[in-house]
Amino acid sequence: MTTAMVHAAGVRKRFGHLEVLNGIDLDVAAGEVVVVLGPSGSGKSTFLRCINHLETIDGGSIHVDGELIGFRAEGGRVRHLRKREITRQRREIGMVFQQFNLFPHLTVLQNIVEAPTGVRREPSARAREHALELLRRVGLEDKAGAYPRQLSGGQQQRVAIARALAMRPKLMLFDEPTSALDPELVGEVLATMKSLADDGLTMIVVTHEIGFAREVADRVVFMDDGLVVESGPPSQVLENPANPRTKAFLSKVL
Amino acid sequence: MTVTDRRTEEEREGRAEVDVAGATRPRHPLRWVASLVLLVLAAQLVHLLVTNDNFEWHVVGEYVNASIIGHGIAITLELTVVAMAVGIVGGVLLAVGRLSENRLLRGACGLYVWFFRGIPVLVQLVFWYNLSALLPRISFGVPFGPEFVSGETNHMITPLLAAILGLGLNEAAYMAEIIRGGLLAVDPGQTEAAHALGMSDARTFRRVVMPQAMRFIVPPTGSQVINMLKATSLVSVIALADLLYTVQSIYNRTFQTIPLLIVACLWYLLITSILYVGQSFIERRYARGATRQAPQGFWDFALLRRRAKTPEVPS
Ligand SMILES: Nc1ncnc2c1ncn2[C@@H]1O[C@H](COP(=O)(O)OP(=O)(O)O)[C@@H](O)[C@H]1O
Ligand SMILES: [Mg+2]
Repeated sequence: MTTAMVHAAGVRKRFGHLEVLNGIDLDVAAGEVVVVLGPSGSGKSTFLRCINHLETIDGGSIHVDGELIGFRAEGGRVRHLRKREITRQRREIGMVFQQFNLFPHLTVLQNIVEAPTGVRREPSARAREHALELLRRVGLEDKAGAYPRQLSGGQQQRVAIARALAMRPKLMLFDEPTSALDPELVGEVLATMKSLADDGLTMIVVTHEIGFAREVADRVVFMDDGLVVESGPPSQVLENPANPRTKAFLSKVL
Repeated sequence: MTVTDRRTEEEREGRAEVDVAGATRPRHPLRWVASLVLLVLAAQLVHLLVTNDNFEWHVVGEYVNASIIGHGIAITLELTVVAMAVGIVGGVLLAVGRLSENRLLRGACGLYVWFFRGIPVLVQLVFWYNLSALLPRISFGVPFGPEFVSGETNHMITPLLAAILGLGLNEAAYMAEIIRGGLLAVDPGQTEAAHALGMSDARTFRRVVMPQAMRFIVPPTGSQVINMLKATSLVSVIALADLLYTVQSIYNRTFQTIPLLIVACLWYLLITSILYVGQSFIERRYARGATRQAPQGFWDFALLRRRAKTPEVPS
């Protein structure tokens, strides 16, 4: 547990009477890239959102870098954390959404520096410099002054990635980052993500891009009905799935 | 299909070259009639304005710049600004309360809106003005405990304060609904993204949600300001010397009722016209980022210059 970046144990989540996560166990080592596959409605997004406490879990526990997320355990009692502490925990965890969710009233540069200057209190000159460096890295240094709606979907998603990286997160969560994109724009976003993986960033990626999983993932996890039903290296899970549900799913997407 | 084709064989077959340049347009005789009627009515109106001595235009000219009228306008504007400020601040608080997770707070704010929207503002004004009949003394202090400040209601609730309370608290109820609607119109994904970046609720509200909600809040707020300016004339019933009360007090002495009312009308029209221009400009400003076009500058807008068609940043 001390070496794991993410340690999820028996994570349960309900929405009313609907049991969405039924005891998820998952460990992600520092520097590891885990791709999560699974049919729609299997709870992939919910699980990601539990990791940065956008959803409060109903049972089990999630640790990120050794720290219990959303709760405090002391002397055998567990208490909910206050909002301020949850906010602090989220700063260490970057998230990229299917719908990009850039702030449309701010320019690309303002989108990126908003959290570092406002939340981390970085001096604005330094935050700006870092932002421009990140924009160069995602290949959009000439778009710093543009508004999100002036960009293509692929460009917006790359800005969203830069925005998350600006907080220097230990862990990045990607929830179907290419699902809202036109097919010809998927490649540029996946290439950006691959370069992050090559740099050793710890990433959990929910995607239906099997090619990306095969090429970039250290491990592929298959989720169904709120459970991890199969986990292993991409060659094994993708080529030789042991579980019939994994087989059925792969036969549909491949 | 049983539609008969009325075109001749030649027309159907022939692809004779046609040039539509210089084609005659269909005539609209009714438009001509309507225009004629309007012209006649306009001529009659001008004739009436010029020949009817009851307008007493020289009296209008005499008072339109009078300093006493200026004082009335100042009160009208001051009331509009202060009551609107009370309305906006109260509206934000009520809107946030109505969207809060605390059920009791939600209920209380809903009750406020129901109550103040349900009673005519004129009645509310008169009520505040007569508050001393209900509560002869007002005091501030610890509930059921010691008092810090207290005084005669009649001294504390001046006509001006009664007007501000009456107009402002009523306005807060309407602004609450406008602001709540604006906040709900912002994509919840925006809040999620801000939270995921580690932004607090307050910062998310201030930096992400509110600026985007402004696009939905500003246009109706502009019409609220204009309505407020007109509604301030109601305070003449509680003897506050606004524009209307001022002209009334003059014509009660001089009996020049019509010309003085015209003076009031001219000023109300002038101020509302200025507000309309300001409102449209602010509306455009808040459309920033909502379209691919660059925002238009104030003078370009005010002088009705056409905006450039090219986007600010080509993508
Ligand atoms: N906020 C919510 N309220 C109620 N039900 C939800 C909510 N979020 C997700 N669900 C339900 O939880 C289930 C899993 O959803 P999700 O995690 O989005 O699945 P996936 O991302 O694998 O497609 C779905 O049945 C969905 O309808
Ligand atoms: Mg999902």
